[in-house]
Amino acid sequence: MSADGTQVQPIPSELLTLNIGPAHPATHGTLRLQVQLDGETIVNMACEIGYLHRGFEKQAENCQYQLVIPYAERLNYMGPVHNSNAWCHAVEQLLGIEVPARAQALRVITSEMGRIIDHAVCIGTNLVDIGALTNFWYMYNYREKVYDLYEELCGARMMVNYPRIGGVSMDAPDGWFDKLLRVMDEMHEAVGEVRALVERNRIFMDRTIGAGVITKDIALSHGVTGPCLRAAGIPYDIRKAQPYWGYDQYEFDVPVAQGGDTYDRTIVRFREMEESVKIIKQAVARMPDGPVMVEDHLVAMPSKDKVYNTMEGLINHFKLVMHGVKPPVGEIYSATEGGCGELGYYIVSDGTPNAYRVRIRPPCFANYSTFPKISTGGMIADAIAALGSINIIAGELDR
Amino acid sequence: MNESQIAEKVQARFGAKVLRAYAFRGQAAVTVAPADLRDVLVFLRDDAELQFEMLMDVGGVDYLAHPDAESMDWRFEVAYQMYSLSKNHRFRVKVAVREDALDVPSVWDLWGIANWMEREVFDLFGVRFTGHPNLRRIMCHDDFVGHALRKDYPINKRQKLSQPAENILCAKPEHA
Repeated sequence: MSADGTQVQPIPSELLTLNIGPAHPATHGTLRLQVQLDGETIVNMACEIGYLHRGFEKQAENCQYQLVIPYAERLNYMGPVHNSNAWCHAVEQLLGIEVPARAQALRVITSEMGRIIDHAVCIGTNLVDIGALTNFWYMYNYREKVYDLYEELCGARMMVNYPRIGGVSMDAPDGWFDKLLRVMDEMHEAVGEVRALVERNRIFMDRTIGAGVITKDIALSHGVTGPCLRAAGIPYDIRKAQPYWGYDQYEFDVPVAQGGDTYDRTIVRFREMEESVKIIKQAVARMPDGPVMVEDHLVAMPSKDKVYNTMEGLINHFKLVMHGVKPPVGEIYSATEGGCGELGYYIVSDGTPNAYRVRIRPPCFANYSTFPKISTGGMIADAIAALGSINIIAGELDR
Repeated sequence: MNESQIAEKVQARFGAKVLRAYAFRGQAAVTVAPADLRDVLVFLRDDAELQFEMLMDVGGVDYLAHPDAESMDWRFEVAYQMYSLSKNHRFRVKVAVREDALDVPSVWDLWGIANWMEREVFDLFGVRFTGHPNLRRIMCHDDFVGHALRKDYPINKRQKLSQPAENILCAKPEHA
C-alpha cells in the first residue's frame, strides 16, 4: 500500500543466474558455483569441481610406494605434512609394521604443526572474505615461523617430504625442540589475540551466526568430518575415537560447538589450534629416545655409513631404490584426522612395489558436497562467508 | 564389535548372497551383487548392534590385472567404507560389477555424500548408478572419452579439453 492508499503492483522480475568462479577471489582455488538468485536470495545452486584434477590416484598406481610421499603432500597443501605422514601410516598398516616411539612423536609434532597452519590460513582467508584483513597478517606471521621450523627440521619449508615408510627421514637437530616450544608459546598468545579480535566482535557475530548452517542430519548424511562436524555438535575426532601414533597418551580436548554455522566453525578452529599447541608441548616434554626408523631392511633405507662402507648396505640400498617395498596382497583403509577431517587412504596391493589401487577419501570433498544444500534459501553474501569456513582445499578436493 | 564379527553377522543374515568375504590385518569386507547392495547397506545402518550411520567413502577398483582376478567372476568392485559413530567401528561393503552389466543401484537417497562419490566412480570407471539424479562426469571434463582409472586406460594419453557446460543447475540443489 502506498502513501496515497493505492495498491502498489509488484515490479515484475525474473531469476538471475550467476556464475561465481572458477577464478574468483572468494573461492580460494578453482571452484565454479552457479547460483540462481531471486534478489539476493539463493533459490538454486550447483557446484562444479575438477578444475585441479591431476590424476593423483592414477599416478600413485604407477610409481613405487615411497615415491608417493612427496606427491601426497600436494593434496592438502595448507597443512602438507599430515598427508604424507598419513600415507606412510597407511602403507605401514598394509605392511603390518609399527614405527618406533620417537618417530611417532615426531609425526605427531609435524602433523599438529600442519593443523595449526591449516587452521591459521583458513581463519585468516575466511575473515578476509568478510572484510577483516588484520587477522590475516597476524596468522600469516606465525605460519611463517612454523615454516622456519620445518626448514630447520629437514631443509624444506612447505612441501617437506619428511616422513618415510617405517619412520621419519631424520631426527630433529640440536636445539630444535627449544625453538619449537618458544614458537608454540608465541603461537598460543597470537591465537588468543586474534580470537579476542573476533570472538565477541559484534560485526563478525552478526555476519556469521546463522550463516551456512550444517545441521547434524546433513553432516551425518554427507559424511562431514573435522571441524565442520564438531561445530555441528558431534565430537568425532579420529585421534580420540581410533587413536594412532600414540594419540591416546596425550591429554587434549575435542572442541565442540552446537550451532553448525560459520561462527561455530571458526571458533572450533581457534580452539583446535590451542589444543594442538598443547599436544606439541606434551610431545616435546616426553620425547622418547631411540631410533626414528624401524630396524627392518625390507622397509628402511640403510644409513649412509653402511651404504658407502659395506657391500650389504650398498646392495640393500640398491634393492630398496630399484625394487621398492613389497606389501603382501591385500587391502587396507586407513583413516587419520587431517586438517579438514577424516583423510582416508584405501590401498589395494597386488604384492608388487606399486600400489594396485589408491583411493583417497578427501575430507573436503564430503564437506563441500553439502554446500548447495546449506546455501539454498540463504543470502549470497552468507554463502561466501560459509564457503571460506568449510575450508576447501582444491588440491585435495580434485586430487 | 570387531570387523570380522561384523562380517560374520552379515554372512549369517544374507547367507549365499555374500559372494566373497575378506579379512586382512584386522579389517574385513564382504562382496555382494548389485541387486543386494541396498539391502545390505540398510541392514548395516538399521541393525541395533551395528548402527552404521555414516557412509564415509565410495571408491571403485578395476581388478583387470590383479592376481585375484582369475577367482573373480567380475571385473570391477565399488567399495563402500562405512563408519558407526555410536559404536565406533568400521566395515567395508563391496559390490561386484561385471563388465557386461555396469549398473549398480544408487544410494544417494540414503546418504547425501553418495551423490558426488558415485559421480566420481562413474566418471573414472564407467560404472552406472541407476536412480542417480545427476550422473555427470565430475573430475574429467564433459567430452572426455573413456574412463581414466580403468587399468586399460593409458597413463600418458592426452585428450582435447572441452568447454565447461553453460548451465550446471539441477532441478533441486540436493541433486547438484
